[in-house]
Amino acid sequence: MALLEIRDLRVSFETRDGTVRAVDGVTLSVDRGRTLGIVGESGSGKSVTALTVMGLTRLPNARIEGSVLLEGVDLLTLPPDRLRAVRGKRVAMIFQDPLSSLHPLYKIGWQIVEAIQAHERVSEKAARARAGEALAEVGIPNAGERLSSYPHELSGGMRQRVMIAMALVLDPEILIADEPTTALDVTVQAQILDLIRELQAEHGTAVVLITHDLGVVAETADDVAVMYAGRVAELGPLARVLEGPEHPYTWGLLRSLPSSTASRSEPLHPIDGAPPSLISVPSGCAFHPRCPYALPVCPHAQPRLIETTPRHGVACHLPVATRRLIGAGIGASEARV
Amino acid sequence: MLRYVLRRVVWGAVMLVVVSALTFVIFTILPSADPAALRAGRQATPELIAQIRQSLGLDRPVYVQYWRFLEGLVVHFDLGYSYQNSVSVKSQVFTRLPVTLSLTAGAFVIWMLVAIPIGVISAIRPRSALDRATMGGALVAISAPVYFLGLIALFLFSNDIGVVHVLPGAGTYTPITVSPWRWFTSLLMPWCVLAAGFAAFYARMVRGNLIDTMGEDYIRTARAKGLSERRVIARHGLRAALTPVVTMAGLDIGILLGGAILTETVFNIPGIGRYAYDSIINSDLPAIEGTVLFGAFFIIAANIFVDIVYAFLDPRVRY
Repeated sequence: MALLEIRDLRVSFETRDGTVRAVDGVTLSVDRGRTLGIVGESGSGKSVTALTVMGLTRLPNARIEGSVLLEGVDLLTLPPDRLRAVRGKRVAMIFQDPLSSLHPLYKIGWQIVEAIQAHERVSEKAARARAGEALAEVGIPNAGERLSSYPHELSGGMRQRVMIAMALVLDPEILIADEPTTALDVTVQAQILDLIRELQAEHGTAVVLITHDLGVVAETADDVAVMYAGRVAELGPLARVLEGPEHPYTWGLLRSLPSSTASRSEPLHPIDGAPPSLISVPSGCAFHPRCPYALPVCPHAQPRLIETTPRHGVACHLPVATRRLIGAGIGASEARV
Repeated sequence: MLRYVLRRVVWGAVMLVVVSALTFVIFTILPSADPAALRAGRQATPELIAQIRQSLGLDRPVYVQYWRFLEGLVVHFDLGYSYQNSVSVKSQVFTRLPVTLSLTAGAFVIWMLVAIPIGVISAIRPRSALDRATMGGALVAISAPVYFLGLIALFLFSNDIGVVHVLPGAGTYTPITVSPWRWFTSLLMPWCVLAAGFAAFYARMVRGNLIDTMGEDYIRTARAKGLSERRVIARHGLRAALTPVVTMAGLDIGILLGGAILTETVFNIPGIGRYAYDSIINSDLPAIEGTVLFGAFFIIAANIFVDIVYAFLDPRVRY
């Protein structure tokens, strides 16, 4: 049994404009010490999937189906107070913008102490000492003094380190990182990813890394899920997906990356069109309006995620042989991430 | 910080001088009744009026009058003597200050006690029946003028003209030093009437701010930490939502300390507002100057105070 198993998760929100189908039948899992990368454009449902695991999409206008099993216990049906005991303690989360994610009016020490005391009966002093250790562990210099700093007094990278320290201070089993490096400078991005990797190796934490950046996934993930319009388009081990991608959307993502080997004058290859509105998702395969390889069947039948090789699943109507042929070419020539 | 405060204080003083000059100019330019003629009685002879005019110093040019007023104010901290009854304006204002203070403080307590819970509850359940009811009520309270609400209250509850005789009516103000109980009962109606509009306005403000704040990323973080929803709202949401409310309240208190003219007039409370009203009716320039300057002083002081407090409430603010 995997540590965290998401089974056929469906999340939709009733809005004034119609029903937003943010997540539409997602099945994923992650094990201790492993990293699952979820890649996709904005609106692909990756963040909503993560927030639903945390129970943060339990809104009056939300409809949530499927199951999210943490060691066999379904988090979706857990009563609020028991879910609260899981949040932060067993499953922790960090977010895209560390400045807006930290409370601007409280010192960071206070905020970490609060996280500890939400789950453990420890004295203020003991909690503060642990908060200091946590800051030191994520590489913040003068950690003890920094406890008395306000978030705005730190740099972006330092703030994200604080978020990581706060998330990991209770040694959770799972860390969900939602675009953790998107708001940071490129040089800082690498440091933060390294830090997450180090801490993961030390504590055996399972990491779910959500990003729109295949490069980030390539550096950190063990498994990759490519999401499109609330569904998983392709799922498999990192090397397999990068070297032999089999979904046209994954091809598009790989080809749209700038190459380090090709000359600067070579144009990038963006995917034509725009991500669909989640209120009116295209029929059949949601990617068919943008897919250069679409078949007549694509607008009519939604492809299921089928494992073409063990642990490598693809949701596409193209014949397997065709996909492998094209994918191998793209995987080889675009092996640049 | 200190330099900033000093600069603000100096500018505040300059502002007060400007306000006093403007009041003088407005009084002399606008067609108000001739103070001397008002004092001379019905069958006044021109000689008598001239004599009064001279004794009040009204025969001098306006700038001389103003200069003498300013001199008295700056050198002796003296606001002059009322044209009406020759009583020192300063002593009048200071006698009335505790009255206005009582009115303002009580109303403030009531409006905050009403506004914050209502604002929070309707922010947590937006578009609920309770939210709609309280916000509808707030709209009515904001729209109803004090003299309307005040008269309704008097007609309903005062023990002279009221339908039900429960509270002392107009003109029954008793200092707290004389009788705390009568002080309380005589002010209860004015407090509620004065607080109504503010409570409504602040409830809407708390609601709006809290709804905005609860959508912030750091609220999501607080929930992700596993905090109880109550703590998320109180320690994370309200803490941020109340900062602008506190500063706004500081300004409003400053304005009210200058005299809640309508409330004090309707309930005949001998506060600064009532004094200002009487002095305008009587064309009593020194008293008008005195009350205007006091009002301006409180507003300016409240502004400076609020700016200082803001730096303590929000660590991102630095001067």
